[in-house]
Amino acid sequence: MTSRDQILQLADDALILSHRCAEWLTRAPEIEEDVALANIGLDLLGQARSLYALVGDEDRLAYFRDAPEWRNCRLVELPNGDFAFSMARLLVFSSFQLTLAESAIVASDPGLSAVFAKSVKESRYHFDHATQWVLRLGDGTAFSRQRMQVALESIWPHVEDVFAIAPDSRSPAMAKVEGVIRRATLTVPDTAKPEWGGRQGIHTDHLVDLLDEMQSVARQHEGATW
Amino acid sequence: MVTQPLTAGDVLELIADIPDPEIPVISISDLGILRNVAVEGDHVTVTITPTYSGCPALDAITQDIETTLEAAGIDDIDVAMTLSPAWTTDWMSAAGKRKLLAYGIAPPSHTAEGPVPLKLTIRCPQCGSGNTGELSRFGSTSCKSLWQCRDCREPFDSFKVH
Repeated sequence: MTSRDQILQLADDALILSHRCAEWLTRAPEIEEDVALANIGLDLLGQARSLYALVGDEDRLAYFRDAPEWRNCRLVELPNGDFAFSMARLLVFSSFQLTLAESAIVASDPGLSAVFAKSVKESRYHFDHATQWVLRLGDGTAFSRQRMQVALESIWPHVEDVFAIAPDSRSPAMAKVEGVIRRATLTVPDTAKPEWGGRQGIHTDHLVDLLDEMQSVARQHEGATW
Repeated sequence: MVTQPLTAGDVLELIADIPDPEIPVISISDLGILRNVAVEGDHVTVTITPTYSGCPALDAITQDIETTLEAAGIDDIDVAMTLSPAWTTDWMSAAGKRKLLAYGIAPPSHTAEGPVPLKLTIRCPQCGSGNTGELSRFGSTSCKSLWQCRDCREPFDSFKVH
């Protein structure tokens, strides 16, 4: 049986990345991308809600915990950066979610199995979307290639923290990611000094800023109802 | 006055035609999201399932179910949500698919389960032409993608096979 803390890690991952996707709205390179990122963020929000439902009250968990109580990996709390960075992040994260769907941590828990049986179909769209962009930007102009390569280098140290919850998933998930990188004529980054801590509640200031904004209305009017 | 005990069939009759809030031409039973109705004495449990994880219509559908039943004098209601088995477009009724097409949305082009289909094209709901192309994998809602007809030039939503 998967622990409450582990389920919280997965729920927090989804909610924080959902928030980052929402931050792209009105700022994406083209309107279809605004729509795509809105859809992706909405899928992730739905997954987060389903996961929170397994462990507690979604509103208390989303709006009234401080940063040290959050269990998301650091990768998802980083600011959106440029579009290449966001697509590199989505590539890694969606591959993680796809592989997680088949992992022991999910299979051993009926609640998680139900959530992932549903979300895996959506994660396929997310992975496909990120792949299309990484291919186009990597195998693009000299400028887009450089930006995409830099994005991958920035992402790489954070991979460790993502898979801390399911180390066995790392190899198959990253093999898929590396396959896309090579097809995009980019270079798989060298093993970097790993960043970690998100899953233990040790976060960057980025999460503090994100929560500050996300929780501001709820905290100003605690107990309010529509 | 003799009152008949409430049956699941009675409840189903009341709620089966509740329209999907985002695509009002099809009902929650056409879509296959109405999963179960159970009646125990006066207590009614309706179970529904979301199409996509983040489906925002579920709250509205829940309210519509409650309002409809309350209007019929049934107020001991629970609307429950189940994730398993996961919803698939295979659960959409044939009638539902016809209604989508009449409304201008291309219905799911093939089944999700079963042998790999030979996918030819998606026909334009306006003019019927097969000369169409996908503009974006993501459309106005999570369940749809955006297509355009190259003959009549009209854009249209297409319900993704899921």
